[in-house]
Amino acid sequence: MSETTTVHIADAKHATTHHGEHGHHQQSFISKYIFSMDHKTIGKQFLITGIVWAVIGGLFSVVFRLQLGYPDTTFPILETFFGKWAKGGQIQPEFYYSLVTMHGTILVFFVLTAGLSGTFANILIPLQIGARDMAAPFLNMLSYWFFFMAGIVMVASIFVQTGPASGGWTMYPPLSALRQAGDGQKIGTDLWLISMALFIVSSLLGGLNYITTILNMRTKGMSMTRLPLTIWALFFTAVLGVLSFPVLLSGAILLLFDRNLGTSFYLSDIVINGEILPNEGGSAILYQHLFWFLGHPEVYIILLPAMGMVSEILSVNSRKPIFGYMAMLGSLFAITILAFLVWAHHMFVSGLNPFLGSVFVLLTLLIAVPSAIKVFNWLTTIWRGNIRFTPAALFAIGFVSLFISGGLTGIFLGNTTIDIHLHDTMFVVAHFHIVMGVASMFGMFAGVYHWFPKMYGRYLNHTLGYIHFWVTIVGAYLTFWPMHYQGLAGVPRRYLDKGGWVNFNQFGELDKFITAVSIIIFVTQFVFIINFFYSIYKGRKVRTANPWGANTLEWTTPINPGHGNWEGDIPEVHRWPYDYGKDGREFIPQTEPVGASESKH
Amino acid sequence: MQTLLISAILILFLVVIFQIAKASEYVAMIRGYENARKQSNKINAFLLLVFLVVGLIGVYYCNELLKDKILGEPASNHGVLVDRMLYITLGITIVVFLTTQIALFWFAYKYQESDNRKAFYYPHNNTLELIWTVIPAIALSVLVGFGIFYWFKITGLTPKDAMVVEVVGKQFGWEFRYPGADGILGKKYFKKIDPANNNPVGQLWEDPANHDDVFVEQEMHLVVGKPVQLVIGAKDVIHSVGLVHFRMKMDAVPGTPTTMWFTPKFTTKEMKAKTGNPDFVYEISCDQLCGKGHWSMRGIIVVETQEEFDAWVASKTPQYLVANPDKDPARQMENTNAAPLTGAIIR
Repeated sequence: MSETTTVHIADAKHATTHHGEHGHHQQSFISKYIFSMDHKTIGKQFLITGIVWAVIGGLFSVVFRLQLGYPDTTFPILETFFGKWAKGGQIQPEFYYSLVTMHGTILVFFVLTAGLSGTFANILIPLQIGARDMAAPFLNMLSYWFFFMAGIVMVASIFVQTGPASGGWTMYPPLSALRQAGDGQKIGTDLWLISMALFIVSSLLGGLNYITTILNMRTKGMSMTRLPLTIWALFFTAVLGVLSFPVLLSGAILLLFDRNLGTSFYLSDIVINGEILPNEGGSAILYQHLFWFLGHPEVYIILLPAMGMVSEILSVNSRKPIFGYMAMLGSLFAITILAFLVWAHHMFVSGLNPFLGSVFVLLTLLIAVPSAIKVFNWLTTIWRGNIRFTPAALFAIGFVSLFISGGLTGIFLGNTTIDIHLHDTMFVVAHFHIVMGVASMFGMFAGVYHWFPKMYGRYLNHTLGYIHFWVTIVGAYLTFWPMHYQGLAGVPRRYLDKGGWVNFNQFGELDKFITAVSIIIFVTQFVFIINFFYSIYKGRKVRTANPWGANTLEWTTPINPGHGNWEGDIPEVHRWPYDYGKDGREFIPQTEPVGASESKH
Repeated sequence: MQTLLISAILILFLVVIFQIAKASEYVAMIRGYENARKQSNKINAFLLLVFLVVGLIGVYYCNELLKDKILGEPASNHGVLVDRMLYITLGITIVVFLTTQIALFWFAYKYQESDNRKAFYYPHNNTLELIWTVIPAIALSVLVGFGIFYWFKITGLTPKDAMVVEVVGKQFGWEFRYPGADGILGKKYFKKIDPANNNPVGQLWEDPANHDDVFVEQEMHLVVGKPVQLVIGAKDVIHSVGLVHFRMKMDAVPGTPTTMWFTPKFTTKEMKAKTGNPDFVYEISCDQLCGKGHWSMRGIIVVETQEEFDAWVASKTPQYLVANPDKDPARQMENTNAAPLTGAIIR
């Protein structure tokens, strides 16, 4: 099979270049840490870049939460930093919408797509399937650097005179297509679109690589059904990305055409600021279809890696096999397929044909079935386990809790009848922040705490990890749970001051409370960040190759694996990765041959 | 100064936490990692249980605090259906929420690591899997069934006796057009939009159906108990007509007209009494980000009796006559010196 051939090529190369403890190629600083082609280094690059973006995106949310909580108060410090955008210490509406747009774009794409699946696909795929590196290390490196360039362009857009894009992270035209519509619709939006195009290239390069690697480079004995669920989740994530990101690219390019070349893909019948535009025959709804054809799978691109890692971490720390491996796999598959068939539930009140809407209700609520299966399987996985509450395990449990809460509110929104009322209200904000934002963030934290020893050969400080977890989960619920009530009252999202409204201004105290909590959560994240960077250099050293007693292959590598991961041969795999607590043994690594007297599962 | 102080406190706070954590690591090193780990395992297991209990109390408390500030009685026929669907869904999801969250945190607490327990090797059970595939599927079928049934009622054909009002969104306000006595909205074309010459909608004056159409801004009047169909459009970017109390919403898309219909159940006066708020008005909120004034794009709906409505309409001059005063027999008599406006198309 193809696995064995690739293994031999790589083996031959690395067997000769092994130099003991630090070992492998003689590399310059630049080729080792900057333009590295080692999947582990690239993974770390994605992670650290993701952390930087998370701080920026999170900071923006704190700034606009200040406006939401204290619409009548002035904060002179804001003027110091943001100048005319916060004139007199008061956030200007245009700036508010830029902040909201940037917060959404950064968190959804740069943090939870690149930072999450970019990091863990890179670090875990070769290590867990038993490969020396990705199928195409050079493309992998390009993937990171395209992401980096996308970031540079996005940062640049923040500093242009007319400000960054302010059309919302969904960037609906005609608002985003018309320069006359506002400052944020000027050069900022062009830069946003260019940045997204670069990001999509990065995502496609990465995704193709992940798929190829998983399909072709598994070690001997690693059949598809012996893959850890992390790998399956990352595989489906990559498939989703490869099939849906090109659609967003086409949508973004048509928008660039409408903006710069005078085409009318999305534009028709427009009079803006008294100016009658010539465009006729375009459809603004077309963009929404193109956008959400990515936009909805994007939700699962964010969520699936977290699900995969949570499955793995819960199983390892419960010292118990994941319950219903095949059902977990089947539900991942079902979610992947359904992810492509539900996009129009974001468009129930866009003027979509009501009959089409009803079809999407059916498909949308159908996706709750595989999600429910996953939840029940996680519950059964920890049931009668012997659970170790490492920070990773706590974050995994937090993920399940948040996924339940946020998933259930999705049943409200997926149902057209209720969506009429709740569409584009704070209820939606609460829903997707819990289920997609915070839950995936928890998956990411779980992954970082769990695999940090593999990445850096040191532990993160657990006490800081516990503080981080408890403040974050309590804060997340305090922030987003009451927001559902605002949504039920019909408060629209993206309202920066509700003072002028008779029916929306009853939540002043609540908004102050949420703002206070969000600041506390934001500050608490620095506990994690300090812990992360401190522990890279000064953390407690890992002394055993397999600190968590896990079965998967990454723990058969040296504590600090070099480029090529294994010294000597890549181990052969003889069993699935979840033999925990079998036949009275705490764990049985995948590399151990199945004994004659072993019970079957 | 204040900010500096706050920043200093925050940094100090982080440093303290960090030092405590480092100290805890040294303590663990002295006492042995295994003991320290087991102890923190117990603490965290207990905290998970506390989180469950306090969390559930918090959910209840939050509801007590906020429940009177939200929905209120739906003020349209469709609103009743929306609320009913909401409560059906709430009923089912609350049960699932409580069961799964309690199971999650209780299991986590109960099955915390202990030297006396061995994890139970339990890789799969097809019967269980089948049960929890089928039960959610049935529950969701019920929700889909109700949802689609109500949805078709809400989006179904407009009753024959419905009145028609055109709603147009623009940065940042609302415009309305009433069809007048003939009940037909006259034709319009966006290139004819010319507010300076009193044609804010772009009406084609050569269409006789336009001659009695009435144009108003910011305030829409509706008749209680009478179905109304809104024909919705936008001039510049996408807006959305959000009607909280009627529980209705529909996007306003330039170039693609949309519609929705409903029957208001209560007049504004009745709602003032019901809500106990003398300042109550029905509001139209823009629910789709439309630019920097999005948050302030507010319109008002006055729901009144048929007589009040008729009187209100009668007080309005059709836009055709506003734009073409020379066609207005009454006004011609009064203001003979008024110069006829140019630019109007004369049939």
